[in-house]
Amino acid sequence: MTAGISWGCWPRYQHRIVPLKNRFEPLPDLPPLLPFGNGRSYGDVCLNAGGTLLATRSLDRLIAFDPATGILECEAGVLLSEIIELLLPRGWFPAVSPGTAFVTVGGAIANDVHGKNHHRVGSFGHHVLGFELLRSNGEVLQCSADGHSDWFRATIGGLGLTGLIRKVRLRLRPVASPWIAGDSQRFASLDEFFELTAASDGEYEYTVAWLDCASRGSNRGRGVFMRGNHAPAPAAIAGTATVRQPRSRWTLRVPLTPPISPFCRASVQLLNSLYYHRRAAQRSHVLWHYQDFHFPLDRILEWNRLYGPRGFFQYQCALPDAEARAALADMLELIACAQQGSCLSVLKKFGTMPSLGLMSFARPGVTLALDFPNRGARTLQLLESLDAITREAGGAVYPAKDARMSASSFRRYFPAWEEFQRYIDPKFSSSFWRRVTAA
Amino acid sequence: VKRILIVGATSAIAEATAREFAARGDALFLVARNAAALQAIADDLRLRGASVLGTAVFEARELEAFPALIDAAVLCLGGLDQALIAHGTLSDQGACEASVELLREEFMTNALSVMALSLLLARHFTAQDHGVIAAISSVAGERGRQSNYLYGASKAAVSTFLSGLRQQLYPKGVWVVTIKPGFVATPMTAAFKKGVLWATPAHVARDIVRAMDRGTPVLYTPWFWRPIMALVRSVPERIFRRMGG
Repeated sequence: MTAGISWGCWPRYQHRIVPLKNRFEPLPDLPPLLPFGNGRSYGDVCLNAGGTLLATRSLDRLIAFDPATGILECEAGVLLSEIIELLLPRGWFPAVSPGTAFVTVGGAIANDVHGKNHHRVGSFGHHVLGFELLRSNGEVLQCSADGHSDWFRATIGGLGLTGLIRKVRLRLRPVASPWIAGDSQRFASLDEFFELTAASDGEYEYTVAWLDCASRGSNRGRGVFMRGNHAPAPAAIAGTATVRQPRSRWTLRVPLTPPISPFCRASVQLLNSLYYHRRAAQRSHVLWHYQDFHFPLDRILEWNRLYGPRGFFQYQCALPDAEARAALADMLELIACAQQGSCLSVLKKFGTMPSLGLMSFARPGVTLALDFPNRGARTLQLLESLDAITREAGGAVYPAKDARMSASSFRRYFPAWEEFQRYIDPKFSSSFWRRVTAA
Repeated sequence: VKRILIVGATSAIAEATAREFAARGDALFLVARNAAALQAIADDLRLRGASVLGTAVFEARELEAFPALIDAAVLCLGGLDQALIAHGTLSDQGACEASVELLREEFMTNALSVMALSLLLARHFTAQDHGVIAAISSVAGERGRQSNYLYGASKAAVSTFLSGLRQQLYPKGVWVVTIKPGFVATPMTAAFKKGVLWATPAHVARDIVRAMDRGTPVLYTPWFWRPIMALVRSVPERIFRRMGG
């Protein structure tokens, strides 16, 4: 038994870890099983206390790539960062990029992840042409929109519970350069955010806002709105924009977990204020390197350690458009009163394209992502109060980031859970699933 | 573009090293026991940039088949510049102690087959006045420990054999590289084990490629195993015999 941890470092459970050597091996008969990719989900969707984790990172082989169509076939343990490294030089990029490139393709499907272009292209599942699913009875299902389409829908966003995804066919998108061209501007209130996003989503493929959740009073709801498009080839853009070129391809690693987290109320407030006031927050004509635009935190390896030994909670909810403004204002009020400012808060308008997965999180409306250092009962209480607002608004919480939502909340957020249950492999389970379906 | 033969191509270290070769566009001929796994790796390496890719399935204990294997590689690649011998098993110490038959098989796989291959490659490379023979030995071959001395003894045999071969081939322009990896975390254990002594296959692979290009005689990878093993070798047997713990 080995400790398996997720990105939030909480909870920690003991597991048996079985590495999968290649995609031809049968599943071990050591139930309950759960595929574990690169451990980038935050809570317990990738954990299986006392059970077996099938380590899939070693299924990292490419199988075929068609440079005419951008269709890539690969094993499920390949990271998006590896796809970018190999295929960006040939002019291709993942159609959907979540906030980190260190996720496996299998994990991206199992959580049906989304990116800053959800309003244009939907979530990750929309770009999956098909995959091969291995069930514990040895059955192999070739799933796509045309074949075993019910399994296709159940497995996209299916949290790894329907079986092991062994290989995947993905549609990539063509790009002319590694650059994102756009701009960045401050906004003073939530109302301004809604105006900005309404005005930008038609013209820009990528839009996202950072929200200052630590400030109080009139500063509440202020933030920085960023938008961009894939830039044309470098020759065409020379001299027309401020190039936010990284001086070098540096990365840092947080070498160890500090005994206490440096994130306290004062430091979080200071960080948020600095972020808001820095000069780069207000700039027209910016060229970002894709890494800085899509994956800024990937430069600081193991940044999750900064939250200290007790780890941290992410809270990401989706709120329907009609209720979003009021609900967001309530949430900001609540966070300010609890004096537990979130270090990094992200706000994004989802598009209207319905998700493919039975259990997918992304849905029309607005999504807010927050993170809080784990301060025990106080933090859990705050998150429960946020859940009350989300429930009231008819929203949902993102399982990939959750470690604590109640079973009753989960059932409200994902009414298809009972239908989904039919597709769960009898030998697969997860700590998350046992928690949210407990009576 | 180098023309490289990799024996035991499905091992984690060999696969990681092959990816380094592929990234610079080398021509590769891959040999391994498991046909399906071998094909999957060949497809992957082609997409990662390897130019010519031949494959052959082999059984390490069938020494008689080796000459044909090397001929096939030479024919496929139009010659040969380097060879990496990476196959092997992690012998079960207890089972080998109980069975002479198993002991013989393990030695055949981990030591004799490596020697036989090296000799055939030596003949080919000597005839063309250049070439690199690299084989994966282990730090476990430097000192017999009660937990795995059968495995260690086979690796010690390989190391000593390569040392002599290196001396013999040096004047002929052929380099022999002994690779001694320490603890190598496979990608899947990397997420869980964070011990400082553990290296990733990718890290070890980069060291191997550099050593093969430079003709480094003995590569410890990561580097800190060289001083560690110097220390371990310096412990007198009188004391070492009590350190079984």
